[in-house]
Amino acid sequence: MMTKYLAKGYLWLLLILLYSPILIIMIFSFTEAKVLGNWTGFSTKLYTSLFSGGVRHSLVSALWNTFTIAMIAATVSTLLGTMAAIGIYNLRTRTRQAVGFVNSIPMLNPDIITGVSLFLLFISLGISQGFVTVVLAHITFCTPYVVLSVMPRLKYMNQNVYEAALDLGATPFQALRKVILPEIRPGMISGFILAFTLSIDDFAVTIFTIGNEGLETLSTYIYADARKGGLTPELRPLSTIIFVTVLVLLIIINKRAEKANANKRT
Amino acid sequence: MSRSISTFLGKRRNWTIPYLLFLAIFVVLPLVLIVFYAFTDAEGNFSLVHFRKFMIHPEAVNTFAYSVGIAIITTLACILLGYPAAWILSQSRFNTSRTMVVLFILPMWVNILIRTLATVALFDFLHFPLGEGALIFGMIYNFLPFMIYPIYNTLQKMDRSLIEAAQDLGATPFQVFVRTVFPLSMPGVISGIMMVFMPTISTFAIAELLTMNNIKLFGTTIQENINNGMWNYGATLSFIMLILIGITGLFNQEEDNASNEGGLL
Repeated sequence: MMTKYLAKGYLWLLLILLYSPILIIMIFSFTEAKVLGNWTGFSTKLYTSLFSGGVRHSLVSALWNTFTIAMIAATVSTLLGTMAAIGIYNLRTRTRQAVGFVNSIPMLNPDIITGVSLFLLFISLGISQGFVTVVLAHITFCTPYVVLSVMPRLKYMNQNVYEAALDLGATPFQALRKVILPEIRPGMISGFILAFTLSIDDFAVTIFTIGNEGLETLSTYIYADARKGGLTPELRPLSTIIFVTVLVLLIIINKRAEKANANKRT
Repeated sequence: MSRSISTFLGKRRNWTIPYLLFLAIFVVLPLVLIVFYAFTDAEGNFSLVHFRKFMIHPEAVNTFAYSVGIAIITTLACILLGYPAAWILSQSRFNTSRTMVVLFILPMWVNILIRTLATVALFDFLHFPLGEGALIFGMIYNFLPFMIYPIYNTLQKMDRSLIEAAQDLGATPFQVFVRTVFPLSMPGVISGIMMVFMPTISTFAIAELLTMNNIKLFGTTIQENINNGMWNYGATLSFIMLILIGITGLFNQEEDNASNEGGLL
């Protein structure tokens, strides 16, 4: 009994330690004080000034860029990754392992290596860096995760259904649309959400591929701001919003995974 | 024409081809370019001048050694703190909920800059001085979840009957842990080391924020060189890092298959 309390206590202590920074930020996002740690009464002024156009225009445009890049990158990686997963699934074992290995490289490489290598690619090809290069870079590190979230779905699928559809006169495309796609759709959606989160989150790869034409994403904006001398007060509500968004997205993915597991068991 | 396209697509293994092309251009070629730039001078001739520069340049070597040191401390601390947590989470007798697990791995997905700025804010709030101590604490904060998750994963998939067998054969709880549980969880520990050690060396911006620009880690050296147009030297430093990844990767062969299954989080 004693060990049980000790064990739980240890977990809670670690959680409190892990979450205390973000909790402090959250709490102090509801006060106006310039310096973090001064409580000058409850206020949502930082939230309103965060989004009141003119003053912080660059921040709003950085948010918009982050969102558009994530949308495009997640959509393309979902399509590319799903197609690839279906293909890889039908490869012979040896080839499948080889492709799987290359697919895992972007996941194993530290961000900085991915960033530097893509930077060298773009300058070698003489491509000027900006929106397009950031999107391409994000597709590069997002797609492997889509492939990995679609693959298990294909594995658990009953292959005979596809063959049956073909025997009953469906063209391969009809069979794909009516049989395979409905089966793997949950994997595609999870892959999309995952890619979206990864893209929004990225800093290291973005900074190497964003060029210097004034394009800013949220991460590069925060980076520039932090270099100028610490926390702009508005970054507190912003961090809070991002944290809550990521939290919600992850809970959704997780609930989906749990439901899928439950279905598998029955 | 359209007929040949549809027969081409009719073979589903051909569906891999667009992605293979993409991987060739955006994953393989860029890595080849790192090697190419690392071994050439500004005119594109083969040369080892940048490796020599790294060797005789005390600042770069010192930063490298210092980063490895910080990374070792961070990794050890993460194992010491993270292993017990992963073990408790994996034991059904403590009936920890699934939500608890999610809470532990959630910080993995929060922007590292935001996490670091929050940590800096916390230290400010507690009047904890920024510097080496803050750097190590901050790194542990940032990377602890990356240690807990893989260890938790292997512990959870472990065959319980092996532990029972050890107990039946008269092992004390301590012996069970040292002789059975820990060796079986090694793949998780190793992949945790991969996920903590390399990123600690290679992060940039993080160390500066935690030390008020007083301490630089290796990642920052790479980024500064690339930023200042020293592409070849930056590539050389990246190449040194790739070698390090290759070496750690050799220990990490078995882990891949295990981590590719199951839930996403």
